[in-house]
Amino acid sequence: MDDAKQNDASHNGSSHIRLKLPRAQFDVDVDLRLPGRGISVLFGASGSGKTTILRCVAGLERAASGFVRIGGAVWQDDARGLHVPTWRRPLGYVFQEASLFEHLNVQRNLEFGLRRAGGAADRHALDEAVDLLGIRALLQRRPQDLSGGERQRVAIARALATRPRLLLLDEPLASLDLPRRREIMPWLERMRDELAIPMLYVTHSMDELSRLADEVVVLDKGRAVATGPVADILTRGDLPALAGEEAATVLQGTVAERDAHWHLARIQLDGASLLVRDSGLAVGRPVRLRVLARDVSVTLDEPVRSSIQNHLPGVVDAVVADSHPAQALVRVRCDGQILMARLTWKSVEELQLHPQRSVWVQVKSVAVID
Amino acid sequence: MLDHPAWQAIWLTLELATLTTLLLLLIATPLAWWLSQTHSRWRAPIGALVTLPLVLPPTVLGFYLLVLMGPNGPLGRLTLALGWGTLPFTFTGLLIGSVIFSLPFAVQPIQHAFESIGTRPLEAAATLRASPLDAFFSVALPLARPGLLTAAILSFAHTVGEFGVVLMIGGNIPGKTRVVSTEIYGHVEAMEYAQAHWLAGGMVAFSFLVLLSLALLRRNGGNVMR
Repeated sequence: MDDAKQNDASHNGSSHIRLKLPRAQFDVDVDLRLPGRGISVLFGASGSGKTTILRCVAGLERAASGFVRIGGAVWQDDARGLHVPTWRRPLGYVFQEASLFEHLNVQRNLEFGLRRAGGAADRHALDEAVDLLGIRALLQRRPQDLSGGERQRVAIARALATRPRLLLLDEPLASLDLPRRREIMPWLERMRDELAIPMLYVTHSMDELSRLADEVVVLDKGRAVATGPVADILTRGDLPALAGEEAATVLQGTVAERDAHWHLARIQLDGASLLVRDSGLAVGRPVRLRVLARDVSVTLDEPVRSSIQNHLPGVVDAVVADSHPAQALVRVRCDGQILMARLTWKSVEELQLHPQRSVWVQVKSVAVID
Repeated sequence: MLDHPAWQAIWLTLELATLTTLLLLLIATPLAWWLSQTHSRWRAPIGALVTLPLVLPPTVLGFYLLVLMGPNGPLGRLTLALGWGTLPFTFTGLLIGSVIFSLPFAVQPIQHAFESIGTRPLEAAATLRASPLDAFFSVALPLARPGLLTAAILSFAHTVGEFGVVLMIGGNIPGKTRVVSTEIYGHVEAMEYAQAHWLAGGMVAFSFLVLLSLALLRRNGGNVMR
């Protein structure tokens, strides 16, 4: 097999996943097309079929009817009676619990897949994975002696050491407490930015979605109710799964300048800019910002004497219902960026906020999440 | 102290127990694996059949084996046709009886060990390119090690301690099928209590050591596993 060519095809080519299978409560029925690299997040409440889809893609569960093409390789095509068994699929899988082999030390765990992956992987892949996940100091330890966060990092490195063409992650942070999640998140962000393979990431956490996702598939009762780039999905406002306290927008920008006197950094977005607390990011570095809808307010005139530093002119794009009957989510377009504001219907009425109306938005707080 | 026939019986007992244990590990491991993995409707009946020697009196088991292996039994006709003679009252016949008699003692600990591993390590192995056979040898067997050790010790000890099956199938032929338990029986019949004491005391000490090592193994095994 011409390995280089295969690699090339899978790195540039998108993937196509079509699955149908009955579950107790509902039928899983999805038809997804995913980009050739970056993190695609399968997002939805527990029991919406996310993990089932991941297991079908891996071949651990068999869909009643399915078609799975990853890059140039077809792994399953029931129309042709084709079903490649899991162990012949060049994938990496990270389970919710690390699932390390307890009878092997960390090094042997990492080498387990590497030895079996044949030509695709070499020592170099293992070294890269070890450095990428920062686990060199753990190599001689036994899995029983690792913390939850360390175990999960080893599990991720073990999956990467085989040089998979697709990395599947099933709520890799769900079994960890908050400090451990914070410990692993930067490593995942680094993988997203540095690895040239697609990743399919299952989660029900808004935080992980907004930090990690490039593409999002929102699932409800086994069906994809929305698909698209993370910024588009988060500003749609009509998806119940994304509403609630955590409703937010994600903005992409770069660090334009740093103000040493006030310890603030100015983040340049398309046309607008926002001031954030200076966390020591270098000028010119791309960053991802998250703005919660509850931290955004709307005025009709430019606020001149206000404690809130960040205010932008914009035009109302849409007004949609929020989870509580008192509240609405107002979507505002500001110089190419979209922000969402959580307002009461009373305010919407009094300010006559309807599409095309010119307004000012005030942003009380911005989180740099990347 | 111990005379020549006694040493002969001890040697034969150890030979029988060792061979029985080795054969049982080879037979019981795949059987236990199948029982732990299958959803077949044959699982329950086969599981019950394997456990049968645990509750049957050894004489019943020995009786049927005798009939089966005798010149008119199906197995006996087969061995006669192959020119091997008949198996009752030979060491081979005794070995077959021992293997069947101790089968549940080997299958149950191994099956339990396989079941407690669960499916996750095997799924993880599959996502790391291990074929099912590869995963069995590289993941399932090493993780089931405490169960395999328990099975080996129990099979060995149980074979050393058997009497009924030996008497039914083996007869009591010195140097061929006379083991320690039947030797003791012979001494008691002949009122040779001194010889009986040496052998019986040895059996008590041996059994105690086996059970002690098993208990220590379980404790350490527990540490290794969790």
